[in-house]
Amino acid sequence: MDTMQFIIGKFNYWIYIVLMMIGFYAMIAKRNLVKKIVGMNIFQTAIILFFISTSSKKGGATIPIIQGGHGDAAGHVIDAAQYLNPLPHVLMLTAIVVMVSTFGVALALLIMIYREYRTFEEDEIYETLEVMRLKK
Amino acid sequence: MTTQSPALLIIVPLISAILCLLLGLIRRGLCYPFVVAVLGVSVILSFDVMGTVLNDGVIRYRLGGWDPPWGIEYMIDHLNAFIAIIIASISFVVAIFSRKSIEHELAKGKIIYFYTIYLLLFTGLMGIVVTGDVFNIYVFLEIASLAGYALIAIGRDRAVLASFEYVVLGTVGACFYLLGVGYLYSVTGSLNIMDLTLRLPELYHSKVILIAFAFFMVGLALKIALFPLHVWLPDAYTYAPSTVSAMVAATMTKVGAYVMMRIMFTLFEPYFSIKLLPVTTILGWVAAAAMIFGCIQALAQTDFKRVLCYILIAEVGYIVLGISVGNRAGFTGAVLHILNDAVMMACLFMIAGAIYYKTGMRHIYEFAHLHKKMPVTVTCLVIAAISVVGVPPTCGFFSKWYLVLGAIDARQWFFAFLLLASSLMVAIVFFKMMQTIFFAPAGESAHAHIDEPHKEHKHSRDEAPASMMIPIFIMVAGILLLGIFSGQIVSTVIQFTVPKGF
Repeated sequence: MDTMQFIIGKFNYWIYIVLMMIGFYAMIAKRNLVKKIVGMNIFQTAIILFFISTSSKKGGATIPIIQGGHGDAAGHVIDAAQYLNPLPHVLMLTAIVVMVSTFGVALALLIMIYREYRTFEEDEIYETLEVMRLKK
Repeated sequence: MTTQSPALLIIVPLISAILCLLLGLIRRGLCYPFVVAVLGVSVILSFDVMGTVLNDGVIRYRLGGWDPPWGIEYMIDHLNAFIAIIIASISFVVAIFSRKSIEHELAKGKIIYFYTIYLLLFTGLMGIVVTGDVFNIYVFLEIASLAGYALIAIGRDRAVLASFEYVVLGTVGACFYLLGVGYLYSVTGSLNIMDLTLRLPELYHSKVILIAFAFFMVGLALKIALFPLHVWLPDAYTYAPSTVSAMVAATMTKVGAYVMMRIMFTLFEPYFSIKLLPVTTILGWVAAAAMIFGCIQALAQTDFKRVLCYILIAEVGYIVLGISVGNRAGFTGAVLHILNDAVMMACLFMIAGAIYYKTGMRHIYEFAHLHKKMPVTVTCLVIAAISVVGVPPTCGFFSKWYLVLGAIDARQWFFAFLLLASSLMVAIVFFKMMQTIFFAPAGESAHAHIDEPHKEHKHSRDEAPASMMIPIFIMVAGILLLGIFSGQIVSTVIQFTVPKGF
């Protein structure tokens, strides 16, 4: 019963681990280079889920905007339990930028690879390389 | 200006990268002098920062005026400033070297983009070094890596494929690092290194912290190509253009080793990394395996740059071994070896570039009687080689001396023995090379793949142009001078980098 509670209570972390492993599997086991890149993306997305999970709160917590207006009315401080920690979200905005650029560079490399070898299959690329080596 | 130097170290190359692109659109020829000038300014700035650190102690620069735990802080002590000088100087010298080499190896239209990305790579490396914020290190690590992927991919043969492999593994490394940051943040709520140092000791027995530490170590080991995680390095650095190889081989792994030192001994106290966990023992054995493996692989290669790549893997092993023995002499050796190895590797890769530029030869078996054609280059090669082996007047000897002392102080006789054994194996690698160059029988060179035109003027002297030779001379002078003055370097700078508690 306790283990069930443990799994269900922290389901977001379990999903992050599962997603990460799916991505990791694709990066290692798939022979197609595009699938590797997609696996890499899933891997990175799992980390976003992890960071966002750490800032989540149960019970209707919201974004940290001062409710009830500015100026004179802004005197009442909001209870920390009432809002989500925004910092992990901001970190992930930066991380998303990094991940998008990594993805972009990887796709650009894939285009170059395709122009050279006319395939995305790792096995075929290595076959071509072997043939080229023997020709020399 | 002095007070703003830490920020300028990053801002100058970052803005210049964009300006370089615009300048290149006006006139392509402007890029090269512009990049050299910018890097020259960066060298001056890094020395300025070092001067401030030596006179006034640790610099804590608040970026944008925000106070440390909330804003991003640039914290510069002796270790940062020292690494910053290494990175800036090597980038500057390699940039001087780049001109002819890049014109030779790259299509004309790509030169502008090359210099732009080169500056971005420099920005990333500098950022990692000066920042005092763990998340900021991740961002700069990725800026440097992304620039590295792009620069490696413009190389020859299988460069694109090697770069792709590097992208995949490098991303895994960076993601592990990011996860480590996430775990640390989830229990401490802070990202600032100095703030974390204060908050962490009470949490040392928390499992989250242990996992964060493990993620940091594995991620960084991937980034610095520590032995079992080195697979991406030889291909990537072999097929990259010569300039890029010289730059990334000399700087990327060193910066990663610096981050490792920071995390093990500043972020976590030495007590945690040495006593509480068997991290240093594990790292020590891994590093020892890297030293031996790198040398054995280097023996088996024929491509000159690939030999250097495997020696680089062994050198990373030396640095990590110095970190992992966990005492004063070992740490001094590791920091000194970061400097010496950066100079030696930049020198050797530039020599490889000069030989390739002049003769088109890449394999050692083609180098027969090279000393008749390029006597000065071969002299430089010999000096760099004896430095890598570790012969006294050169700088390679002194860092190895400290490393062996560190291993003996730690009562790790076996590591001390492996250090010497691996030096001997490096000696064999280079003696084999020298044998081919100086003593190959005249007939033997015929079987090599040397083109006919090369053969005709094979024995007439024909050195690489001055813009390639001068940087090599600077590095060779560096190898000798750093060796002679290594005592001063240790007493003025490195002794202050040793963490408290050693």
